[in-house]
Amino acid sequence: MLTRRIIACLDVNAGRVVKGVQFVDLIDAGDPAALAVRHAAGGADEIVFLDITATHEKRALLLDAVRRAAEQIFIPLTVGGGIRSLDDALLVFDAGADKVSVNSAALARPELITEIGLRFGEQAVVVAIDGRRNLGSPETAQVYASGGRKATGLGVIEWAKQAEARGAGEILLTSMDSDGMRSGFDCELTAAVSAAVQIPVIASGGAGNVGHFADVFTRGCADAALAASIFHFGISDARTLKQELAAFGLPMRLPC
Amino acid sequence: MKPEKTVVIDYKTGNLNSVCKSLQAAGADLIVTTEPEGLRNASRIVLPGVGHFASTERLLSSGIGDALRRRVADGIPFLGICVGLQWLFAGSTEAPDTPGLGIFPEICERFPSGIKSPHVGWNSLEVAGHSRLLDGLPASSYVYFTHSYRAGRVNATTAVTNYGGEFSSVIEKDNWMAVQFHPEKSGAVGLKILENFMRVSTC
Repeated sequence: MLTRRIIACLDVNAGRVVKGVQFVDLIDAGDPAALAVRHAAGGADEIVFLDITATHEKRALLLDAVRRAAEQIFIPLTVGGGIRSLDDALLVFDAGADKVSVNSAALARPELITEIGLRFGEQAVVVAIDGRRNLGSPETAQVYASGGRKATGLGVIEWAKQAEARGAGEILLTSMDSDGMRSGFDCELTAAVSAAVQIPVIASGGAGNVGHFADVFTRGCADAALAASIFHFGISDARTLKQELAAFGLPMRLPC
Repeated sequence: MKPEKTVVIDYKTGNLNSVCKSLQAAGADLIVTTEPEGLRNASRIVLPGVGHFASTERLLSSGIGDALRRRVADGIPFLGICVGLQWLFAGSTEAPDTPGLGIFPEICERFPSGIKSPHVGWNSLEVAGHSRLLDGLPASSYVYFTHSYRAGRVNATTAVTNYGGEFSSVIEKDNWMAVQFHPEKSGAVGLKILENFMRVSTC
């Protein structure tokens, strides 16, 4: 039986892992490669590096971390953030990533999704969507670009469908309303996107406890969930989280 | 004694990084080749696969397919991964104009509508026959899949996986061995499968 996935996400700035709350307030928490190894050993089903480095000159630090991580882990590694072109994606794949996640650049030029898919396979392209709906219905959720700073006027569901049509292999949906709040994923929005596309949807933003993960897998119909801060400061590792979710009756990769 | 070389076929699709690293972790001494001549001194041959079935066209047009048939008939173990499994079949509806190698006469097809595709993530292997690749692994071990097309069950199927019905996840016929999942991305289970492949006798 296909399991639901727990994906450990590391925010990386200038080659160092940081923890984000609502995209600001960053605390340094270590070496990405070392943390990736720790998460893989801890039972994570996949690892994501999200690069939030502002300056292009420091991208080399990320690539070095990707290279070192890829040498030591044998589970899927996705790298996102700052991938603006096929050439950027190439560098990341060359360093050892299995998938890339594209966000703002795909909004600016949706052809990028297709280009990367043709070169590396559709399974290698994750389209990351940052959405916000305030108190509106899921259908009113809007897409934000540039790390959540710029409204695009595009509907989340509409963009998810378009990304699928362009050849996205998966959707990584971050709820900006929930992100950093630790009050649970946006299950309604996740369910709406999951129903609108035929490709897997990874839910992100808002996890504070195990019940939140159970919710997003059941009510939210998520195929996978991103876990970031819940791990960093020793609350739980993926194995513990997965064991508890298995007790809820959810299919999990165990032992792991 | 001649040193044992494992040859990885590069047909210019996807990236070979993960496959090469994990084979090395399983003890392989690797050579990567793009040409049929590269198979000449191989002790084992691996065909990785990420991408579209049409990208396998080069394998037949370059003569790699014929060279491979000869080598495997000589007793060289072969491992196909993902599209590398599908290519052993007569073809795939993904690229109807691109024939496969045809070791198996069936055609690979897309997952039925109504379930999410690609099939992405960790799913279990249900043993369906005596398997050298799965030797020593617990029943229903989890491995990582990412694919939209699959082969049905055939006589040589040694493990199946359920997703929109049953499909072949491991096939072993003499020295033709293939897996639909990605052992290089399947953690400790995947490494064990690659180690098992590295131990298959070459004589």
